[in-house]
Order: sequence, then C-alpha cells, then structure tokens
Amino acid sequence: MGGIPHDHYEPKSGGEKWLHKRLPILGLAYDTLMIPTPKNLNWMWIWGIVLAFTLILQIVTGIVLVMHYVPHVDMAFTSVEHIMRDVNGGHMIRYFHMNGASLFFVAVYAHMFRGLYYGSYKAPREVTWIIGMLMYLVMMGTAFMGYVLPWGQMSFHGTAVITGLFGAIPFVGDSIQTWLLGAGAVGQPALNRFFSLHYLLPFVLLGLTMVHIWAFHTTGNNNPTGVEVRRTSKEDAEKDTLPFWPYFVIKDLFALAVILVVFMAIVGFMPNYLGHPDNYIPANPLATPSHIVPEWYFLPFYAILRAFTADVWVVQIVNFLSFGIIDAKFFGVLAMFGAIAVMALAPWLDTSRVRSGRYRPMFKWWFALLVVDFIVLMWVGARPAEFPYDWISLIASAYWFAYFLVILPLLGVIEKPLPQPATIEDDFNAHYPAKSDGKPAATPAE
Amino acid sequence: MIRHLTLSAAAALALVASPAMAAEVETEIEDFAFSFEGPFGSYDQNQLQRGLKIYTEICSACHGLELVAFRNLHDEGGPHLPEDQMFAYAEQYEVFDQALFDGEGDFRPATPADKFPGSSLSNAPDLSLMAKARAGFHGPYGTGLAQLFKGMGGAEYIASLMTGYHEEPECALEMDPPMDGFYNVAFASGGFPATCIDEKGKHMVPGSWISMSQPLWGEDVDFDDGHSNSLEHEAEDIAAFLMWTAEPKLVARKQAGLTGVIFLTILSVLLYLTNKKLWAPHKHKDD
Repeated sequence: MGGIPHDHYEPKSGGEKWLHKRLPILGLAYDTLMIPTPKNLNWMWIWGIVLAFTLILQIVTGIVLVMHYVPHVDMAFTSVEHIMRDVNGGHMIRYFHMNGASLFFVAVYAHMFRGLYYGSYKAPREVTWIIGMLMYLVMMGTAFMGYVLPWGQMSFHGTAVITGLFGAIPFVGDSIQTWLLGAGAVGQPALNRFFSLHYLLPFVLLGLTMVHIWAFHTTGNNNPTGVEVRRTSKEDAEKDTLPFWPYFVIKDLFALAVILVVFMAIVGFMPNYLGHPDNYIPANPLATPSHIVPEWYFLPFYAILRAFTADVWVVQIVNFLSFGIIDAKFFGVLAMFGAIAVMALAPWLDTSRVRSGRYRPMFKWWFALLVVDFIVLMWVGARPAEFPYDWISLIASAYWFAYFLVILPLLGVIEKPLPQPATIEDDFNAHYPAKSDGKPAATPAE
Repeated sequence: MIRHLTLSAAAALALVASPAMAAEVETEIEDFAFSFEGPFGSYDQNQLQRGLKIYTEICSACHGLELVAFRNLHDEGGPHLPEDQMFAYAEQYEVFDQALFDGEGDFRPATPADKFPGSSLSNAPDLSLMAKARAGFHGPYGTGLAQLFKGMGGAEYIASLMTGYHEEPECALEMDPPMDGFYNVAFASGGFPATCIDEKGKHMVPGSWISMSQPLWGEDVDFDDGHSNSLEHEAEDIAAFLMWTAEPKLVARKQAGLTGVIFLTILSVLLYLTNKKLWAPHKHKDD
C-alpha cells in the first residue's frame, strides 16, 4: 500500500493459505498494521490513535447507557439520574461518556491543527482531509444531539437556539426547522429523533474512520518535513520508514496512556467541570436560562455565528445587495458554516509548493496567530454579546476567514521557503546524530 | 409567611430587574472548607446525618427530594444510618400507592424502596440536584478558576445562601411599594430595586431579592452529637447533605479515579520504557 515498496503478507500454514484464497482478510490486517510509516513522525502524530480510542470508548459506554436511558420528555432526566444513582457503575459510565466528548474534541482540534501546520491537507492527501472534515461535521452533530438527551435546561434551550439557526434560512427556513424538530417546537418528536440519530451517527463515524485510514494508507503518511518517502526501491523506502507495528503502535499507546491519566483525573475528581450546571435542572420550556452557552468545543464557531450583527457594514452591504434576503441572522449562519467550509477548501487555497510549515518562515507566524485566534474565539464565544466582546469576536472571525481566503493564497507567492532536507532519513539522523559524532559510544562500565 | 412564599418565579419577572440582567449581579459566595473537596475528600458521615435532620425539620416543609430513595440513607459513603433507623425514618413519610385499594390507590407508610416526596409548594424547587445545578461559576463572567483551585461549587453556594440574608440596604428602602421577597447577598436571579442601580446601570449592592424567607437562624435544630448549631454550622451541614443528595457516588467516584490514575501512570511508565528500548537501535546509530 501507499505505493511505498514493502513486504506483503505471505500465508504460511495450511490454514492461512486456505483462508487467504477465499478471503484475504489476514493480508488486509497485516498490510494495514505493517504499513511503512515515516520514522520522523513527532508527538503531534499521536492524535489519530487517541481519536480512534475515544470513538470506541464513546460507542461502548453509549451502548451501555442506552440500556438504561428512556427517550421520553417526562422520563429522560430521571432516567439519567437513575443511571447516576442506581445502575451499578452507572455514574462512572456516564461521566466517561460525558467527558469522552470533550476528550474527542481536544484530540480532533489538535489533529486538525497538526494537519494545518504540516500541510497534511495538500496533494495528494486532499481526500483524507475532506473526509476528515466530514467526520468533524458528523462529530459536531453527534455531540450536539447527545447533549440534548439528558433533557436538562441547557439541552432544551440549546436545541431551540441551534435548530433556530436553520430557521434563519430564507423562504424554507421555517419548514426545515419544523422538519428537523418533527414539530413546531422542541418536544417529544425532537427528543426521539435526536436519540435515534445520536445512536446512528457514531457508526457512520466509524465507517468514515475506515475510509479516512484507507485514504492516507493509499498516499502514505505525511511527516514533519513534508518530504515524501522515497519510493525508488524497497531499500530506500526502508531507510525512511519503520513499520507501524510495533514502532508506532507502542509510541502511540504510550501517548494515549499519558492522556488517559489526565482524562481519568478529570472524570474521577472534577467530572462536571467542563459541563454547564444548568443541565442539572430538568427542562422547563417556560423558564429560559439567562445565558445559553454551548459546550466549550462549539464556542469558536458560536462566536463567529454571533459576530456578524446587523450593524456590521459587511452585513449591511450583503443585506442591501441581496434585497434583504440575507439578513444578519442568516449571515451569521452562513459565516459559521463558511468558517468550516474554508477550512475544508484549504488544499486548494494554499498555493505554496512547500508542504510543511517548518520550512515556511512567514507562514509560521500567521499559523501561530490562527491558533491564538481560535483560542480567542473560544473564549469570546462564552462572553455576553456586548462591548468589547462584540468587537473582539468580529476581529477574530475576520482573521479566521482572512487566513484561509487571503493569507494562504498570497503566502505561496510572496514567501521564500527555507531549504528542506532531501530525505526523511536525513531529517531523522539530524535529530538523532550518530553517537560517534559526539562523545564516544557506550562507555563500558565494567 | 404565606405571602412571601406565594411570590413565584413568574412574579419575580414582573419586578424591576429582568432575569437577563440578573447575570450581571455580583454575589458574595464564601469559600467553605468541606470534607469532600479535593481528590481525596469524602463525606463526613456525622455531618450528613446532621444535614438530614435539618432537611427533615426545616427544608422538607416546602422542598422535595424526589430523586433520593430512603434506602440511600443507609448507603456507605453517605449518611450511613443504621438499617433500623433508616426503616424507622422511612415510615415517618406517607406515600401514595396506586396499587392499593383495588387500583384506586391509597396512602401508606413509606418503605426503604420509596423516594422522598416532591416539593409541597409549586415554586419551591426540588433539592435533590441543587448542589450541582448551582455549581455555576461558568457564567459569562466566571472563569471557573475558583472552582478549579478552591474547590468552590454548589455546596458553597447553598451555605452562602443560608448565611446571606441581610438587612435591606438603604437604597432599597426608597422603593414604593417596598420590594417583595428578602435581600440575600448570595442570590443572583431575583428581583432588584431600581433605586439600587446607579446611572451607569451598575448594581450598587450585591445579591438580589429572593422569595424564600430566611430558613435558618441558628439553634433551629438540636444535634444528638452535641455539634454546634450556630447558623454557620447549620448552613455547612445542610450544604454538605445536599451535596450528597446531588452526588451520592462521589466517594466511589474519587476512589475509582485515584485507582485509574495510579494504574494508568504505571502503564505509562512501562510503555515509555518499552518505547525507548524499541526505538533505541534506530536512534543514534553508529554508522
């Protein structure tokens, strides 16, 4: 696979040969596990394993939770409390699932920004990137619908706000909102279908995960230099790579274990820290919480949604030019989805022929600013929409779009990239110089 | 008494301040040192039993606890009442049982399997989850840092609310008609007099007006263990009890968390060493 020359699976025993003729499943597993992987991958290449683990964690804990949960407006809240109080180990399972969502998004954001910095989205890996963006959308949908299920105050009123976004679409918005909710307002039909979809979508995500892995196993992994593995001969390829098993499996498992120490501490000692306390109040349509705040992982895009108010001149111009069809609310919705769309288009917006940010002296700074921008958006998304937060969110949103639509295309033209190493092997050896270069190798103690 | 209690949340909306403004209210939440804070904290059994007594004799007049079963009072890590006491406690309550009287239903004494009754007043919220529902320092201005570093949460809020009743500030006395409810420096979402808001729209005093009259004054309940029944101590005890009703598995959870952290740390070390040994031949090669 990957066009990288390597040894393929050879069935040895009689049983293996018998199976291989009929279903080459062991060969598939072998080639997947033994895929040649650039040996200079750094610690930012561990998030894929973390994500795969988290998906399994969420599916397993989720299946157990469904055994005790009741998707009914009068019983959902108490059934969750039943899990927390009466089901054996139920409180741990639920807290794992609840905080698992946060772990999922921590990992996915790290994974995405890794891709953005090292140019993993660039040819020939555009399809991997696009599938990744689809997975991100499915993840957000799944997380949102999962948050509705406990039927607390934030569940209920958050649903009203988010489905209301679709109501902002001109002409068909109201119909779409009614179609999504199954009724004119948030109620039993919405809870039932969100429950159904919350169970379905993780399996869609599992399928997309396989396609995602298939795609990057076809092109081979990117790596911190962005220089491709030599495919000239098996010997050359072996100088640049090591097989995924055991080298990267053990490395990734070590990273996963360290991350799980932190995760376990949060679940054990402060499981509600990342959640909103109002969701421990049963849903009450008549009492709207004073501040409806989404979960932390939605805040950057929530900030972009709110940034474009009717007094922003861009909004006014668009409103005028569209004969009032695109009002401030719809503009905000377009901006929010647009913010994800421009990210998905990064492979075609980035004009630089150098893949890795490591060799792009100007790009580095703009990228660092993008990371800061993302954190600012996350922070400002939880602030009330008033001065000075309205200005901060507007500027931060503008930079988000400017980065993808202006800076990425321009940098490729004006930037003078630094020299790149000729091969991955050179880069690896530069990091780990031969011992004879410095002090003498292994001093015998005896 | 009745006049104050019938002041509903709906009536509060009609007061001067709207709930949307309520979040800008500054409140005085004190930091209490509860036994259940920190990674190793656990409930103080005696404190929970004292809190149960306060709930039974005072709070339960209006507020329910409908997510908690009587059998939970016997739980280890909780109040851990002796079994016979728990049975006797349950029998004090009457519950409606639909199965009795040929399906028409009738009242009978509660059994350990039954849950506490709900609130007897429509505007008195159920207290089962109050300590978690009021743990919010995540609001638009709260960063959650007090929660992270001082362990401040819903229990602090409840204890501060119990001790937060003050004389009405002078600015409120100019109101005509006078404010409904009671001034409390820890309460954020109640009514607020226009006369206490300055030209810039800022509140001149902390807190707001709550419809619940002051429930604890000190020396309301006599404790069998001879513990002080001053207002501060009672407030702490009821707050701890309500923390338990909100998070009955807290002790088990922290134990599981600690075990998990220790095991995963050992696993991390082992994997680190494995990884190091595995990669060693490929790093710093002598060629």
